[in-house]
Amino acid sequence: MKRIIQLTVNGEQAEVAVTPNRTLLQVLREDLGLTGAKHGCGLGDCGACTVILDGKPVNSCLVLAVQANGSEVLTIEGLAENGKLHPLQQAFVEKGAIQCGFCSPGMILSAKALLDENPKPTEHEIRMAISGNLCRCTGYQKIVEAVQAAADSKALQGGDS
Amino acid sequence: MGDFNVISTRAPRVDAAAKATGKAKYADDLSMPGMLYGAILQAPIAHGKVLNIDTSRALRLPGVKAVVTAKEAGLVKYGVSPARYDETLYAYEKVRYVGDEIAAVAAVDLATALEAVELIKVDYEELPAVFDMFESMKEGAPQLHDEFPGNITAEVHQEFGDTEAAMAGCDLVVDHTLLSKRQDAAFIEPHACLAYFDLDGKLTLHTSTQVPHYVMRTVAMVLRIPVGNVRVIKPYVGGGFGPKAEATPLEMSACLLARETGKPVKMNYSREQVFLHSRARHQFYAEMSLGVKKDGTMVALKNKALLDGGAYTSFGIATVYYSGSLLGGPYKLQAMKYDGARIYTNKPACGAQRGHGGVIHRAAFEQLLDKTAQQLGIDPMEMRLKNIMATGDVTINQLDMSSLGMKECLESVRDGADWYKKKGSLPKGKGIGSACGFFVSGAGYPIYRSDTYHATVMVKLSEDGGVVNVLTGSAEIGQGSDTMVAMIAAEAIGVPLDAVRVVSGDTDLTVDLGAYSSRQTLMTGHAVKEAAEHARAQVAEVMAEMMQCDPASITFKDGKVLFDGGPGKFEEIRKTYIKEHRGWTDPPGGDCLTFREAARMAYLARGTIVGTGKYKPPKLGGAYKGAAVGTSPAYGCSAQVVEVSVDMETGEVTVEAMTDAHDCGRAINRTQVEGQMQGSLSMGLGECLFEEVKFDSRGRIVNANLGEYKIATALDMPKVKSIIVESNEPNGPFGAKEVGEGAIMPTIPAILNAIYDATGVRITELPVTPERLYLAIKSKQEEK
Repeated sequence: MKRIIQLTVNGEQAEVAVTPNRTLLQVLREDLGLTGAKHGCGLGDCGACTVILDGKPVNSCLVLAVQANGSEVLTIEGLAENGKLHPLQQAFVEKGAIQCGFCSPGMILSAKALLDENPKPTEHEIRMAISGNLCRCTGYQKIVEAVQAAADSKALQGGDS
Repeated sequence: MGDFNVISTRAPRVDAAAKATGKAKYADDLSMPGMLYGAILQAPIAHGKVLNIDTSRALRLPGVKAVVTAKEAGLVKYGVSPARYDETLYAYEKVRYVGDEIAAVAAVDLATALEAVELIKVDYEELPAVFDMFESMKEGAPQLHDEFPGNITAEVHQEFGDTEAAMAGCDLVVDHTLLSKRQDAAFIEPHACLAYFDLDGKLTLHTSTQVPHYVMRTVAMVLRIPVGNVRVIKPYVGGGFGPKAEATPLEMSACLLARETGKPVKMNYSREQVFLHSRARHQFYAEMSLGVKKDGTMVALKNKALLDGGAYTSFGIATVYYSGSLLGGPYKLQAMKYDGARIYTNKPACGAQRGHGGVIHRAAFEQLLDKTAQQLGIDPMEMRLKNIMATGDVTINQLDMSSLGMKECLESVRDGADWYKKKGSLPKGKGIGSACGFFVSGAGYPIYRSDTYHATVMVKLSEDGGVVNVLTGSAEIGQGSDTMVAMIAAEAIGVPLDAVRVVSGDTDLTVDLGAYSSRQTLMTGHAVKEAAEHARAQVAEVMAEMMQCDPASITFKDGKVLFDGGPGKFEEIRKTYIKEHRGWTDPPGGDCLTFREAARMAYLARGTIVGTGKYKPPKLGGAYKGAAVGTSPAYGCSAQVVEVSVDMETGEVTVEAMTDAHDCGRAINRTQVEGQMQGSLSMGLGECLFEEVKFDSRGRIVNANLGEYKIATALDMPKVKSIIVESNEPNGPFGAKEVGEGAIMPTIPAILNAIYDATGVRITELPVTPERLYLAIKSKQEEK
C-alpha cells in the first residue's frame, strides 16, 4: 500500500507515492528523474548516493523515502544556479578533480556540507569530510585541492552560498 | 620540449562540467518507455552438474515477460581469446563457481524479476570443488573443464639466452617468493546496460563497457545476430580498470531478453554481483631467482608464475604471458627463463586488471632487486640506475624501447624524495623504498586474430561554424580519452579546443578496439591526428585555390588562417561569407581570416569535408611462441619512492609520502596525466595493504561489498608528488605514449621495500594487513 510523501527537492515541491521500503535514492532517480545521485553499492559503503538532507550529508540509499517526508533535499542538480556552476563545481572542473565522474556528485555534496559548516577547513578536515566518499580514479589529491580552492574562493567572496 | 597551442596544457576536461552537474548519463540513468527489468539466476554451489531446470513457476508469476536458459540462448562458446572460448552464456551441463549464470528473467519491475529468479527450480548434483590453485594442480583434483586436464588453462615456457650457464657465471644468486590474493577492480559504477531491438531486427545495446567493439562482436557471435545489426553504445562510464574490457553475461542476457520480449530491457549488477562476476585481478604466486655480478650488474633471471584464474579463461592466457614478458625490462638482462601456468579453480573467473599480469611479478622482482642490493652492500637506488635500459635498447625478449625515460624517472624521484638524506637515517619504524616499472602503450595485436586497424577515426567539419567533429569508436571511461582526442584534433588542425566536438564510444561511428592495455592515447591519438590533418589539408587546398598560393604556405593557428605567416588579402573571402549570412549580427572579424570562414569555403567548393585516419601497429616482436604478448609500439615507464611509518606494536602501515615519476612520452593534458598517476598509486596502495577477495569453505565470497573489501579512502592516501617525464616517443602522436597502467607498477614494491627499511621484514604475502606484518615482525624478533 503506497503512501504519499511530500518533500522539497532543490527548492521545488515534490509529491510522490511510495511503498514503505522505497529509498530516497530510488525516489530521486526513478520517480523524480534526478539521476545525479548514483547507486554504487546500495549499502552506504561508497557514498555515491550522497545528497544533503535538511542540511546534513546522507547516504540516500540508506534513507527510506518516508523518512524524508517533509524534508528539504539538495541534489547535485540543485547546485548550479541559472546555468552558472557553484564554486565547488567550478573548482572540481578546473583542478582535474573529476575523472570518471561517478563519485563526483556525492563528493561535491559532501564537500559542500563541509564548507557550509566550516568555511576554512584544513587538509585533514577535508579528507575527514570526504572519507565516506570512495573514489577509485583520482587518488583524492586533486579533489582535496579543488575543495581547498573552492574554500579559498568563497572566503574571498565573503563566504556566501 | 615543444611549441604547442593546445596539447601539453592543463585544459579542463571536455566532459567535466557534465559530470559536475549530474547531467552526465551513465547506463543505469537511461530508461525507455515500456522498459522491462532483467535479473539473473546464479548458481549457489561452486561445482555441480545441472540435472534439470524448471522455469514453469517463474513464467506463471504475474509481471514476468520472459524466462531464458541455455535452451533459448544456445550453446555458442565464447570468451576473450578465441584460443580459449570456454564459456557459454548459461550453464547447461555444469556450473563451475558460485555465481555461474543459469537463467535470466525479464519482468515489469526489478522486484518481480528477482522474485521470479527465486522461483526457478534447478536440480543439481553437487560435485567436489577445488578453491586453491596449488590443490587444483594436484593429481585427483576435481576437474573443471574436460578439454583442460590438470585444470591448466594455459602453460608458458620461454627461455632467452642460456639461463643455467648465465647463473653459473654469477657471483651471487638470490631467491624470492611473493604470494598475492585475488582482487577486485572496485570501480564505483556497477555494470549496467539497456538493450532493445528495432522492428527490423537491429539491436542497440547501451552498456557500461571499456570495449564497445569487442562487446559488439561477442553479442553478435553468441546470440547469432548478423554483426551489421548490432550497435553498441557506451554512455558515460564510471570506471573500468580492466574487468569491463569484455562482454558480460549481463549484456548478453539483456540482449537476449530484449529479443524474446520485443521490449527494451534494463539490467544491472548489484555490488555483490560485481564481485561474483569478477574478471578482475588473478591471484599470483611469484618465485624468482636473480643472478648478479658482485658489482651489481644483473645477469640472469629465473621467473615462475602460478595464477589462480577461477572457473573460466577470460583474459587469462594473456595474463600468464604478461607475468613473464613484462620482466624483460626495464633492466638489462643477459638471460631470462620464464615458466608460468594459469590454473582453473571453482571461483569467479579472473581477467585483466590495471597492469595486467605484470603487477605482482614486478613487485616480487623489485623486492628481489632490493634484497640482492642489500646482500651486495649496494644502495638499491644505485643498483637500479646501474642496470636500467635506455631509449633504443631492446629487451632480451625483443621488446623495443623506442623511448624510455627510466633514468630521468629514477633520478627525479631520488632527488624529489631526498633519497640519500633519508635512506639509512630514518628511525626504526620509518622506512623509505623505491621501485620501477613499465608497461605497454597498447597491445601489439588485437585480441582476435585479424588485420583490422586498431583505431579508425573520422573528422567531419561542420558545413558552417567551423566546428571540428571527431567521430571515434574509442571509449572514454574516465581516463580522459575524449579530452585527449579533442586536444590532438585541435592541435593538428590549428583551432582552439572549444571548436572541437567529440562523439565517441559508438560502434556505428568507427572501429576502435577500446580502452584496454593503455592504448588509446597512442593508437586512437595517431588515427585522430591523421584524420584531423586530412581534413585540414582539404581546407588548405581550397584556400590555396582561392588565394592562388601554395597550400604549404598556409598555416592554421588558434582558429586563424595565416598565409605565409601573415593575414594575407582575404577580404573577398570574408565578403562572400558575410553575404551568405545576411541578418547575422556577429560577422567574423579581426585581422585574420578565421577557420570558420575557411571551412565554410571548403564546404562550398567540395561538399562535406571529411578527414579519415587509421592506425595499426607495425609487425612487432620476436618469432618465439607467445612473442605477441608484451609487444607494443611503445612503453611507458615509472619510478616511485615511498615513505612509510609502521606501528611496531600493531603492524599498521601508514604511507606518509609518495614521490612518483612517469614517462608518458608527451603529456597531452598535464592535469590528466597527473590524475592517472595519482589514481594508479591509490589503487596500488589499496592492493598492497588492504585488498583481498575472501571466500568461505564452500566457495562463496564473504566480503562482496565495499565495506569489507577495503579500497583506499581520502584518509589513506598521502599527498603525492607527481613528476611528468617526457621522452618524446617517436611512435606516438606528438610523442605521446601511455600512463594509465604503467604508473601502478612500482607502487606495491616501493611500499614493500619501505616496510623492509622500516622493520627489517621482507614481506612474502599480500595484502600487508596489520596482522600479517605484526606477526612477521614478532617472528623476526624471536629469531634474534
